[in-house]
Amino acid sequence: MVSSQFERRFGWRRIKEEGISGVRRRALKVGLALLLVLAAAFIALPVASLFIKSASGMAFQSLRDPVVTDALTLSLFTATITVVIVIILGTPLSYLNARFDYPGKEIADSLIELPVIMPPMVGGIALLMAFGRMGVLGQHLHAGGVNIAFTTVAVVVAQVFVSMPFYLRQARISFEDVDLVFENAARTLGASRTRVFFTVTLPIATNGLISGAIMAFARALGEFGATIMFAGNFQGRTQTMPLAIYTAMQGDLKISLCLALILVAFSFAIIALVKILTRRMYKNDVRN
Amino acid sequence: MIKKLVAPILAIFVIASLAGGSSSEELVVFCAASLTGAFGEMGQIYEDENGVDVMLNFDGTQAIRTQVEQGAIADVFISANKKHMDALMAEGFMDNDTVSIFTENRMVVIVPADNPADIQSFSDLAEPGVMIITGVKDAPFGSYTLQVLDKLANDSTYGPKYREAVMSNVISQETSVSHLVSKIALGEADAGFAYQSDISPELSEQVSKVEIPDQYSVVAEYPLGRLKESENPDQAARFIEFVRSTEGRAVLEKYGFQPV
Repeated sequence: MVSSQFERRFGWRRIKEEGISGVRRRALKVGLALLLVLAAAFIALPVASLFIKSASGMAFQSLRDPVVTDALTLSLFTATITVVIVIILGTPLSYLNARFDYPGKEIADSLIELPVIMPPMVGGIALLMAFGRMGVLGQHLHAGGVNIAFTTVAVVVAQVFVSMPFYLRQARISFEDVDLVFENAARTLGASRTRVFFTVTLPIATNGLISGAIMAFARALGEFGATIMFAGNFQGRTQTMPLAIYTAMQGDLKISLCLALILVAFSFAIIALVKILTRRMYKNDVRN
Repeated sequence: MIKKLVAPILAIFVIASLAGGSSSEELVVFCAASLTGAFGEMGQIYEDENGVDVMLNFDGTQAIRTQVEQGAIADVFISANKKHMDALMAEGFMDNDTVSIFTENRMVVIVPADNPADIQSFSDLAEPGVMIITGVKDAPFGSYTLQVLDKLANDSTYGPKYREAVMSNVISQETSVSHLVSKIALGEADAGFAYQSDISPELSEQVSKVEIPDQYSVVAEYPLGRLKESENPDQAARFIEFVRSTEGRAVLEKYGFQPV
């Protein structure tokens, strides 16, 4: 009796009954669970260590340090402008790509994706070669009295360059997911194309667009390589949070840790927000 | 599917570990960025003469100091100022007996070859709109720059207003002098505070210099020494000896340093 209870509790009997394939399935499950725990720990440990190390080093005392406040303000300011630009330029572009064919679309698509796989440092050099005052376009701008490199504008340019693809990709998928049936119904009822876009397509795609914009914001916030190459490193003007983290790492580690914690918190909030939004988008789909 | 993948993956690991294990002797040198040219050559000569792999890690001194403090293992540390070396000695990372100053360097102002802002003298640096690049204050070349500007500010010919004007022309503060030099060489800024040695033979066509008069100049002193954690202390000592030998001094002089 005791032994059969034992068997039931620990599943021995079930294994016997289900035979070898059951054992295999269980082993697989245990293996996968182990893998999951390992993967989670691999990401959680470094993040937790940031908190542990900074608690002992009183990193949060640095919150009022001008380096920290300047970097935080500049980062939020530039990333916000970046996202606005990305939305204004990216929304019509991705609608175009989702709904229409045009010659050279494949090439345009690949070009749009290029900054995602290009190392940001390479992006920075490329931007300098293009918009620097000796650059291909920059020399003409310079002649006209406009300098972009090493200004706050350059920070935004670098951020738009690297974060635009994230929005374009997500926005295109969101537009493609809008069933043509709705658009066609509205059209047969006499609505113009523009009206259909603003009253039917856009509202259905909104959640997807927002999560795309949030991803672009996050990418802009974390941008480092292209910025330090193209915009330089100057506190209050071009020194965003990642640049301040890099610079402070070589001087005052406390400041570095403090900014790192802020970025981690932001990133985590952003991911959570995107998850919530996409889940809601999925629910809408199901209801539709 | 998985089985098919296992063999090649294992093979890669085996090959990688063999490749890693087949080491001849190795010497890791952490080196101030301003020494990039000189020690690239120095390391090559030493390698050829002694059959030792010299691994050079160049970055701003403050950056390589942080790496050492955070546990990086190296044999020799070369700093572009005394401050960072003194800190490492005080923190117990160095074999203090082995530390000595081996060379000096001079601060100069470098400008792109075509000199777009027409910088002829020091007063030109304070003209509005001149784009100047300096270093972060923790980088040796950044702190030497501040010392030069302090000297100018204390001189009645220039005064504190001059320093302010120059500082307000700064468009970027680089973390390593090599970044500054390449931005000047590209012509992306009008002037930068760097070392005499930064105008390497390869760069002499792209940048030219404006000398800093002796009374305002700052002499940069470069100490080197062996790290306590060195896994190869004898080789490290021999390398330091080589740097200070006639042969080593000749390399330094070629790159515009003044060995002592």
